[in-house]
Amino acid sequence: MPLAETNFTPLASLLGGVLIGLSSVVLMLFFGRIAGIIGIAARALQAVAVPAQDWYWRIAFILGLLAAPMAAALVTGDPVEQTVSGNLPAMAVAGLLVGFGTALGSGCTSGHGVCGLARLSPRSLIAVLTFMAFGFATVFVVRHVIGGIA
Amino acid sequence: MRIVLGFASGLVFGLGLVVSGMADPAKVLNFLDLAGSWDPSLAFVMAGAVVVTFVGYRLAFARKAPLLMESFDVPRAKDIDLRLVGGAAMFGIGWGIGGFCPGPALTALPLLAPGTHVFVPAMLIGIWAGVRAREAFALSRIQKGA
Repeated sequence: MPLAETNFTPLASLLGGVLIGLSSVVLMLFFGRIAGIIGIAARALQAVAVPAQDWYWRIAFILGLLAAPMAAALVTGDPVEQTVSGNLPAMAVAGLLVGFGTALGSGCTSGHGVCGLARLSPRSLIAVLTFMAFGFATVFVVRHVIGGIA
Repeated sequence: MRIVLGFASGLVFGLGLVVSGMADPAKVLNFLDLAGSWDPSLAFVMAGAVVVTFVGYRLAFARKAPLLMESFDVPRAKDIDLRLVGGAAMFGIGWGIGGFCPGPALTALPLLAPGTHVFVPAMLIGIWAGVRAREAFALSRIQKGA
């Protein structure tokens, strides 16, 4: 059972990908850092405990992420469409796995997926193939073996 | 300058996530559902982002240093080990359950879905634990002399 039907949107998705790429390039050109969300979030978290010299731009980056849905709604005039599972225990488990796994494996969809692949890093390629394979397998099990978690 | 650019990059990144559909877990889960309601859109997000970053990085790395910092600071680790593969596998399972990876989950916070408000605090706890596990892993390798 799908959570909700979604339409195939190649152009919007390509445009969104280009914006993500532009942001990653700006971070490298100006800050010399990869745009890995998990790395930025982990360092921002650490800075709360131990203030580090260059944490302000990371907090500002996260504030920019948070402002994006409102900015998108202002530009397009439509609220952002989204369907999130209401199975809260499942979402808690998912959040723990995503946080722990990306911190342990040093990267997520952005750090390994976008920046790592763009740097032709073999480590990132292995990470991407692994999390894609487990993502496909998990959705197969959840939807087609146990019949969905709503 | 750093704060303004940091905010602007975050905003553009977040807009990319919203426009592309990555911030909608239903779209992510449909992308991962090859045997059912497959929506291939997210392959286009990845393609657009990787091509632009690949070209842009080449232009950036043509400089000796970034514009606002003294040097480029990119990951130098080379080893493909259990930590990398195990971490990526756990991430993939969590991604397949919730349909969120870290960026979209943060961007989706102001959209006020209860599932997001459970997912993000759990993710932050996971990051905290994962950073500690990574440090413990690095320490055990040093002690083994690896």
